[in-house]
Amino acid sequence: MIPVADIVFYLLAAVLVIAALRVVTTRNPVHSALFLVLTFFTAAGLFVLLRAEFLAAILVMVYMGAVAVLFLFVVMMLDVDFAELRRGALSHLPVGLAVGGVILVELIIVALAQHSAGPVTEPAVAVPNTLAIGRVLYTTYLLPFEIASLVLLVAMIGAIVLTLRKRPDVRKQVISHQLARTRDQAVELKKVASGEGA
Amino acid sequence: MAEFLEYMHGMGTDLLGPVWPLAWTVIKIAVLLAPVMFCVTYLTLAERRIIGFMQIRIGPNRVGPFGLLQPIADAVKLFVKETLIPEKADKVVFLLAPIITLGAALTAWAVIPFSPELILADINVGLLYVLAISSLGVYGLLMSGWASNSRYAFLGSLRSAAQMVSYEVSMGFTLIPVIMLSGSLSLKDVVAAQSGMWFVIPLFPMFVIYFISVVAETNRAPFDLPEAEAELVSGFATEYSAMSYGMFFLGEYANMLLVSTLGVLMFLGGWLPPVSWLGFIPGIIWFLIKLGVLLFAFLWIRATFPRYRYDQLMRLGWKVFLPFSLFWIFLTGTIIHLVGAV
Repeated sequence: MIPVADIVFYLLAAVLVIAALRVVTTRNPVHSALFLVLTFFTAAGLFVLLRAEFLAAILVMVYMGAVAVLFLFVVMMLDVDFAELRRGALSHLPVGLAVGGVILVELIIVALAQHSAGPVTEPAVAVPNTLAIGRVLYTTYLLPFEIASLVLLVAMIGAIVLTLRKRPDVRKQVISHQLARTRDQAVELKKVASGEGA
Repeated sequence: MAEFLEYMHGMGTDLLGPVWPLAWTVIKIAVLLAPVMFCVTYLTLAERRIIGFMQIRIGPNRVGPFGLLQPIADAVKLFVKETLIPEKADKVVFLLAPIITLGAALTAWAVIPFSPELILADINVGLLYVLAISSLGVYGLLMSGWASNSRYAFLGSLRSAAQMVSYEVSMGFTLIPVIMLSGSLSLKDVVAAQSGMWFVIPLFPMFVIYFISVVAETNRAPFDLPEAEAELVSGFATEYSAMSYGMFFLGEYANMLLVSTLGVLMFLGGWLPPVSWLGFIPGIIWFLIKLGVLLFAFLWIRATFPRYRYDQLMRLGWKVFLPFSLFWIFLTGTIIHLVGAV
């Protein structure tokens, strides 16, 4: 019997690593963003292999369907000279390496802790993982969940406040005014004598 | 039928051994996609004939009886034409874009049940899968607009990306009350939950919003702003030709078919008959009838309404549909709570 799951895992993992590397090495920022999208997609594939279909679907919907689209929007529309940006990049190398190193160490610690706890068991019951996540999220972790949504709400309002500005010198359509117009206000009938209109 | 499938399966295992499961899956995919592609190609003919009828024209009727061979002629034409790639285009991204569009439109069919037995992959988050895959379609449009290196294409693709992202939100929100009522994300269970009453009856406003949203989501008239030919030539598809254009075209129609199918499953009871004494008619027939009604509505709308203005479109999505569906989700939850678990 061919271990199909293993083959798929190594395939996805290889694509993931290569795509992630290309995100930082490719010269064209749009290609970079597209490789990021590929990274998200393969990560979702790995979630499916772990039988976390819900997380996989959410990863694709939120990160690929919304976040990465906005990235692409910005990167495509901004006229940034990336060669200029790249010039000073080397001076940030120590900070970058430090952050990367910390994350790497943390990951290794987590992996070791997991490993010493024994192999990951198969899902014991037939509870769909959507149901399981929902239960945990709305009972045990209700408070963090609500706080997270509050933070998002504040961020949303903040973004609106930052971009909403009244400019009196700009003529703007007000939909309610448009809809409130009656025929009398919009149309004026004039009797023009023949030969005198111009 | 089942015995024959068993026989085929057994024979394949003897013949090919370990490779067989892979081959078997490929065969199943082909058997699923062939009718879908057939419907897609004939949907184009139906569209031209029906709109022709509505506008008191004849429509294509020369190729074959009643013009029935017209889609085949069109396909041959698209295949044998030369694929032009603009000199300054980003070639890889340019060619990848239509592939992603069509690929996303076809991949979503994997979890669509046509009857209780007829389903390729019966996964328990079927609905989320469809929504996730269909949210990938926007990449095809964005990539095509950027890679074409042309202003019209770029403007068209930005418009369509913004439109698709916005209406995906309102489309997703209209489906949440359905999930609340059926208590499952599996499309099969959603249909089974409608055996008492189709969800279109308690959730009629959601069905209306869903339908308008998917018309906008699939970039169909009256929301076909991405390719508003009067202002943007042909939007994101301006620089495409031959089969690379054909794939966008097929992707659009496959998406139309997909969202109509989803509407049938979520609101119109899938393969269930409207009243139980009509149950002797096979489920697949009911399914196709309902699908045909929704698709006809798509064409009907296109022949009837003038194009929306872009700011009106955004206003409708974010300021009308979104608050209303949020309110309806809240209302559904309250009623479920008061009545007791469904």
